[in-house]
Amino acid sequence: MVLVYIDQADQQIKKASLEALSYGAAIAKQLGCATEALIAGTVKENLAELGNYGAQKVHQLKNEALNSLDVKAHSTIIAAAAKSLNATVVVFAHNINGKAIAPAVAVRLGAGIVTGACSLPNTQNGFEVTKTVFSGKAFATIKIETPIKVIAINQNSFGIQNHNQAASVEEINIPIPAASIKITKVEKIEGEIPLTEANLVVSGGRGLKGPENWGILLDLAKALGAATACSRPVSDSDWRPHHEHVGQTGIQIAPNLYIAIGISGAIQHLAGVNRSKTIVVINKDPEAPFFKAADYGVVGDAFEIVPKLTAAILKMKSTA
Amino acid sequence: MKILVCISKTPDTTAKIAFIEGNTKFDESGVQWIINPYDEWYALVRAIELKEKDPSTIIHLVTVGGVEAEPIIRKALALGGDEAIRIDSNSNDSFTVANEIAQVAKEGAYDLIFTGKETIDYNSACIGSMLSALLDLPFVSLADHFDVTGNTATIKREIESGEETCEATLPMIVSCQKGMAEQRIPNMRGIMAARTKPLKVLTPAASTATTSIQIFDLPPTKSGVKLIDPENMDELVRLLKEEAKVI
Repeated sequence: MVLVYIDQADQQIKKASLEALSYGAAIAKQLGCATEALIAGTVKENLAELGNYGAQKVHQLKNEALNSLDVKAHSTIIAAAAKSLNATVVVFAHNINGKAIAPAVAVRLGAGIVTGACSLPNTQNGFEVTKTVFSGKAFATIKIETPIKVIAINQNSFGIQNHNQAASVEEINIPIPAASIKITKVEKIEGEIPLTEANLVVSGGRGLKGPENWGILLDLAKALGAATACSRPVSDSDWRPHHEHVGQTGIQIAPNLYIAIGISGAIQHLAGVNRSKTIVVINKDPEAPFFKAADYGVVGDAFEIVPKLTAAILKMKSTA
Repeated sequence: MKILVCISKTPDTTAKIAFIEGNTKFDESGVQWIINPYDEWYALVRAIELKEKDPSTIIHLVTVGGVEAEPIIRKALALGGDEAIRIDSNSNDSFTVANEIAQVAKEGAYDLIFTGKETIDYNSACIGSMLSALLDLPFVSLADHFDVTGNTATIKREIESGEETCEATLPMIVSCQKGMAEQRIPNMRGIMAARTKPLKVLTPAASTATTSIQIFDLPPTKSGVKLIDPENMDELVRLLKEEAKVI
């Protein structure tokens, strides 16, 4: 059986988990076995709807103490659940929570793990999974040598697939270990689309010359419904908050569309965005290295081009 | 307080990524090696800052690697740290590496184990989490602030929707990212001192690898950028909608 861990934040199921569930269901189909989901804590959604993403059964560890991440507690109960349910493959989203929990679960199950997976397993010769390595600059195909396998799937690499079915929901009883950490304060970034979950991202670099010029970028992001990001020099200069920094040492993203404005495209920046499906580069320097990694390029002054692009998008949306 | 900092050797961020021997091995020719940036800038430097506040703090560094990892561990010692341990294994199986470090950690009875949030070569982000299961200790990932008073650590970490502050009782494991510490460079005194700091080499404990790398691949090269007339943004919007189908 393939068991997919359904992750939540603020009692809402993360989009990345629905993708992990779709991915787990595809593995189950390949192996000819069932797909089941495991969720810890209490969420607002109707869990039967997880059937739409491929789950036949949903196991819920209904306990409010599990609503925030405690790796020791979560990994202990997920491993115990996987054992008692006889899971042979355990799937996580490779997001903040999945990255923290999945390797500990693998150890507790004596299982081999591949994190950052970007393909379905090849089961012709054992069990091989391809993952991104060298910050997205290459792929490695890894053979998992253990009877139980743990996989954490890269966000936005498999997609969400619809299955027209309802899942049965059952409560599962597993003793919950004492909390190993105490949360004392939560600061939420309100109203913004989390970068790692955004389908569309508009990003700015030093070419915008200063934080006072970000208005044109924010207008474009608003017209598109996109999240905003920036390059390292921009966050280092405090023009934009650190959590917007994408790149090798910032966060790595893989949106459907990445629009880079006034970013030259240093190799470290590309490492954070090269898994984007489509890249648009706007830069006045035709020699900017980013154009080599781009699908569409516009050479010229961002201060003229970006407002025109925003207007064109609003026009398209009003006629659509 | 005794801190163990996990150090990994990685190719420089600008290194050319290529493979040899039928794409089964990373091509190391001409590659500059560095301390994995997250291990250096955030984990190690934060440990050094803690020692500067409380000089009774002892910092040990641990790396799993062959003799070629020694210049990297010496460089780490030049930044700070009292002694280093190299476990003589070239394994690239995360479980094996974590298991080796766990043996050292058990032996040394550390109050705190720091790792970088991930390495920039295999990007697996596994070691801290695996250590927490192997040692059954609390683990906080993606920390960008860390302080300790007595036996209680206060940590700020990144969560899906923002930031969270939490407390844990030592011993514990923390994976570090940007914000933890200010990057620094080794000074001459540190470099000289590092030459005589103890570097212990240990034989790896026997453990069975749970994974093995079969083959590497490079992503297909982009077919080439399509340049759009800056005066014709309607065309770009049309291409994004009809050709790329992303908006």
